[in-house]
Amino acid sequence: MSDVSADTSRRIRPARSIPFLEIRWPRAPLLVGLCIAWLVLVALAAIFADVLAPYGYAEQSLLNRLKPPAFLGGSPDFLLGTDPLGRDVLSRLLYAVRTSVIIALVGTVIGAVVGTMMGILAAHFRGWVDDIVMVLVDFQASVPFLIIALAVLAFFGNSFELFIVIIGLFGWETYARLARGLVIGVNSQGYAGAIRTLGVHPARIYLRHVLPNIMSILVVQVTLNFPEIILLETSLSFLGLGVQPPGTSLGLTLGEGRNYIATAWWIGIPAGMVIFLTTLSISILGDWTRDLLDPSTAKSE
Amino acid sequence: MSPGFVVSKLVRCLVTLLLAVTFVFIVLRLSGDPAQRMLPDDVDASVIEAYRRMWGLDKSMPEQFVRYIVSVLRGDFGISFRDNREAIDVVSERIPATLALGFLALAITIFLGVPAGIFAALNKGRWLDRAMMTATILGHSLPNFFLGILLILCFSMTLRWLPSSGIGTWQHLVMPALTLGTAFAGTVARFTRSSMLEVLDQPFMRTARAKGVSKQTRTLRHALPNAAIPIVTVIGLRLGALVGGATVVETVFGYPGVGLLLVNSVAQRDLAVVQAVVLLIAFSMVVVNLVVDLAYGWLDPRIAALEEREAAT
Repeated sequence: MSDVSADTSRRIRPARSIPFLEIRWPRAPLLVGLCIAWLVLVALAAIFADVLAPYGYAEQSLLNRLKPPAFLGGSPDFLLGTDPLGRDVLSRLLYAVRTSVIIALVGTVIGAVVGTMMGILAAHFRGWVDDIVMVLVDFQASVPFLIIALAVLAFFGNSFELFIVIIGLFGWETYARLARGLVIGVNSQGYAGAIRTLGVHPARIYLRHVLPNIMSILVVQVTLNFPEIILLETSLSFLGLGVQPPGTSLGLTLGEGRNYIATAWWIGIPAGMVIFLTTLSISILGDWTRDLLDPSTAKSE
Repeated sequence: MSPGFVVSKLVRCLVTLLLAVTFVFIVLRLSGDPAQRMLPDDVDASVIEAYRRMWGLDKSMPEQFVRYIVSVLRGDFGISFRDNREAIDVVSERIPATLALGFLALAITIFLGVPAGIFAALNKGRWLDRAMMTATILGHSLPNFFLGILLILCFSMTLRWLPSSGIGTWQHLVMPALTLGTAFAGTVARFTRSSMLEVLDQPFMRTARAKGVSKQTRTLRHALPNAAIPIVTVIGLRLGALVGGATVVETVFGYPGVGLLLVNSVAQRDLAVVQAVVLLIAFSMVVVNLVVDLAYGWLDPRIAALEEREAAT
């Protein structure tokens, strides 16, 4: 918790700063440019999956089973080859990207909103509310989330809605801890007290005045959390306990491809590469934005 | 380290454990009638009745909760319906395999991560530093299940050096431990590096150099102990991820440890085993966190003193 107090003491920039707009894009190094390009590509694939995919994700063609990719002597109709049911690997990959991106986005938003709210509640009420939230935070931080997720899936069975809720709860404790520390810091400052004496409702103070002030730090946390969420979703799906067939996600595709790794590596490996490149790009991009936002890290490293 | 410091840590551990048991209890009750969940579908109605009476399912909720805690304390988690044995026995026979994997992975992490971080810090800004930091980002982004599959493709399928799954010989441990250890090693290397960099700037390092202490002694005897706290912290914090990662890695390599058991039990909804594994993991995490917390007090007496002062105010 000492890191949070360190953050609050290095006071936050004026209200309504949106970090991404402050970045001077043309000065980005080549590597960062490549990462942005890859992420744009992934976003486009997710948005236009049904336009780009030559076949439906569950469309089977039993005459064309386990065909190798076009560049390995396969048919040009199936650019990345086909799986044991004769489904087009490229089409399934595009839909898998869509599913994984949607789950990761929704999960990130749920986690950030729930966690930030808990943190603000704890900081506003203090006392026993604060104690309860912090005990929950400690509990969440001490038991591996993957294990909690597996337990909930075992007890309640698997459904897409439940799966998204579970993914959404990942990482709430980091946001809660961060928001709590930041809000306690902001509340002790003059401007929050000044507005409060005007008789403004606390909810309004937090939404209009406090939240914009702590936004940039929370956004940095999102870039740290997002790759982890992608890894959580793909891990669970890989284990066969996340997205269920005939649906598809990057982890599930890799899991299905594992059984054919000796004979038809092209089923799973592309999905693995997409996960790898995506988390890598977000990590590099996150590192770089953090350095931009916070000149002190550049100095100390 | 005073008794007060140890006691406050112990109380926190007990609270976390109680929360874990409560969590499993609530989820278990929310998800339906435990009698039907815990027993196979085809049992007799009288057996269900006997089971309900034995577990006190006809009692009030608070009483059930107390009974549940007592049965957990006695190691009674119910019967695994997959092989009709006590869940605790099914789980405990898998523990040695997982411990072997976990300790080997942890050793790889420490003996790879810490020296890499030290070398990177000593060569800050040079190519060795950059290469190592690039490697850590790559390692961090490579999902362990994907790395596992790539290793199988390379060493089992192509080179045929190592078995792709199973347990028994040391060869079976190589790839799972490497997969689990390397991702984690990257994080440790990064923390070691930044923590060492901070210490290397301190005045006492200049003094040591002025005294003519050799570089090796300066690094290992003066800098490393002072940089140890963040390193221990990150190892403690990431142990949970290591446990989570173990379930995935054991599944990839068909390594019959607790993780693979958990995944299979979840898939087949063998709830007695699932709750035994979850509580076992919660318990071991709490113990590990306690050890890490106490290690702080030992590595840096200032921390224990500070926390006592905070607790007093």
